[in-house]
Amino acid sequence: MKSPNPFDFYNMNALLSDEERQVRDAVREYLRKEVQPEIRDCFREAKFPLHLAKAFGELGLLGANLEGYDCPGLNNVAYGLLMQELEYIDSGLRSFASVQGALVMYPIYTFGSEEHKQKYLPKLAKGEMIGCFGLTEPDYGSNPGGMITRAERVSGGFKLNGRKMWITNASLADVAVVWAKLDGKVHGFLVEKGTKGFQPKPMHGKLSLRASDTSEILLDDCVVPEENLLPGSNGLKSPLMCLTQARYGIAWGVIGAAIACFEESLEYAKGRVMFDKPIAGFQLTQNKFAHMMTEITKMQLLVLQLGRMKDKGEMHHAQVSMAKRNNCFHALEIARMSRQVLGGNGIMDDYVSMRHANNLETVITYEGTHEIHTLVLGEAATGIQAYA
Amino acid sequence: MKIAILLKQVPVKDATLKVNGDGLWIDEDNVTFEINESDHYGLEEALRLKEKHDGEVVVVTMGPERVKESIKQALAKGADRAIHINSSGYSNPDPIAHAKLLCAAIKDENFDLILSGLQSDDLGYGQTGVLVAEMLGMAHATLVMETDVQDGKIKVKRELEGGWFQSVELPLPAVLTIQSGLNQIRYATIKGIMAAKRKEIKEIAISDLGVSDADASGIQMHKIYLPVKTKQTVVLEGDTADIVSKLVDKLKNEAKVL
Repeated sequence: MKSPNPFDFYNMNALLSDEERQVRDAVREYLRKEVQPEIRDCFREAKFPLHLAKAFGELGLLGANLEGYDCPGLNNVAYGLLMQELEYIDSGLRSFASVQGALVMYPIYTFGSEEHKQKYLPKLAKGEMIGCFGLTEPDYGSNPGGMITRAERVSGGFKLNGRKMWITNASLADVAVVWAKLDGKVHGFLVEKGTKGFQPKPMHGKLSLRASDTSEILLDDCVVPEENLLPGSNGLKSPLMCLTQARYGIAWGVIGAAIACFEESLEYAKGRVMFDKPIAGFQLTQNKFAHMMTEITKMQLLVLQLGRMKDKGEMHHAQVSMAKRNNCFHALEIARMSRQVLGGNGIMDDYVSMRHANNLETVITYEGTHEIHTLVLGEAATGIQAYA
Repeated sequence: MKIAILLKQVPVKDATLKVNGDGLWIDEDNVTFEINESDHYGLEEALRLKEKHDGEVVVVTMGPERVKESIKQALAKGADRAIHINSSGYSNPDPIAHAKLLCAAIKDENFDLILSGLQSDDLGYGQTGVLVAEMLGMAHATLVMETDVQDGKIKVKRELEGGWFQSVELPLPAVLTIQSGLNQIRYATIKGIMAAKRKEIKEIAISDLGVSDADASGIQMHKIYLPVKTKQTVVLEGDTADIVSKLVDKLKNEAKVL
């Protein structure tokens, strides 16, 4: 019997359909040939490679698991594999696609009117329009229900006031899904670029997700027409449903980052000779690889079953919390371990591990921190809430 | 315009190859396969011609079950249907036999244009396209770098040696063997992959093609082996002028790099 592939130790590949494999391989080929060569410079220069938006759209990477409105209608496992391939290159790229698909297209698809869908979804799917999602505020991260941003009825529409923070793509966005309280209840509003009183401001000085735009949004008497309210949105549950979609993609995505790091450190350790033998031959290094390989295998099996449940409509949000929490934690751990295996060389951006580790510091924090997901699981186990 | 692309699947370029037990072929167990490079360019050229002149692109592939993967890739990129000659258990390396089988499978299709890569990256005979043209009585051109279809004919640019090109005009139907690099190969899109599920792959067994001498071969494989590395060190002696002239002579006449 031949030795298992270290990067797919339990042969998850065999559990995929032909179509799922084909989607993964096609996207992998494109990303590794066309995008990988420029990602280091994007990270260094703190810029999102904006020219890729249309290319991603053409390939079908945006809103890939939605159906109709020029979206490909992939199943959720194939969608997850896309996220994995994107994050193999950089978490910033996966964040871009996650926000566009799960946090902008999904709420328009789920809570929007038919006019909203016709107007925005095909353009968002093609990458001709970019979207962002404004929920988090400077003082309300883990507790979004406490948001200060308000909407009030004015003649012909709604007036929005407040401040959003940590908003991916906001400075690039043609349309923002902004969450605000109207009569004390959270609703979603579509705010188009250029609307008076809508001001995105890029956040500088990030040590993580540098190849991605992160901005603040100031809403200063920003008036949107009445039809820009997402009619199906109703309470905090609505943005939380979006987050469940995005977290699902993250749980898959970080496997890509973890594999990229494991591949890099394994290859390095086999070639790096110290005390007259490759460092891969030392027990302390092997201990790291045994751990990385085991955790990657567990991550893969977790999301695969999660995806199958999602396709059947049987996925609970707490199950997504488990996958997001576990996979981000171990992906970050693997990225740090790989950086250690690389020794001093590992601090240079010629190698990917430290870039991934830095990115994953964000990924373990956004879309529900590790701690909040722990409490979601705690509640699922005990039936008792421990958030406050 | 009805176009066929003869497409072969070969081991990926960076595959680690091992010779198999009988020493006559590689061990395929741990090898990944891909579309032969120049065939891939041929496929792209076929798709571009279809986009310009309308019609149909048909992928024609001979190989075992695994070649379905490459066929699906070609369908995902935009080919309309495929013919798969399933050659499981068939191991004749003779390109004449291959050409006969391909012709038997496509002769009734009446293609306007048949494209193939210049040569395969595994056996590298560079014969199949030309043989198919001869057997079907079609005009042909090799090493094609550019195509321009006009009324009932096609103008092509052929690559010659030493940076020279030749412009040739052929009547249609014709067979062209395509040189790598003449265009930029597209990536399969997710929509293309989804659409490919509904496209026809017609599977034909070798025994159903009615080629009585399919097993006849003018070529016998005796042995395949990995290149043997040798290292030889020669110390040149004498004064500088002497050494330089000896070195130049060796570079010119032995290493043939000058």
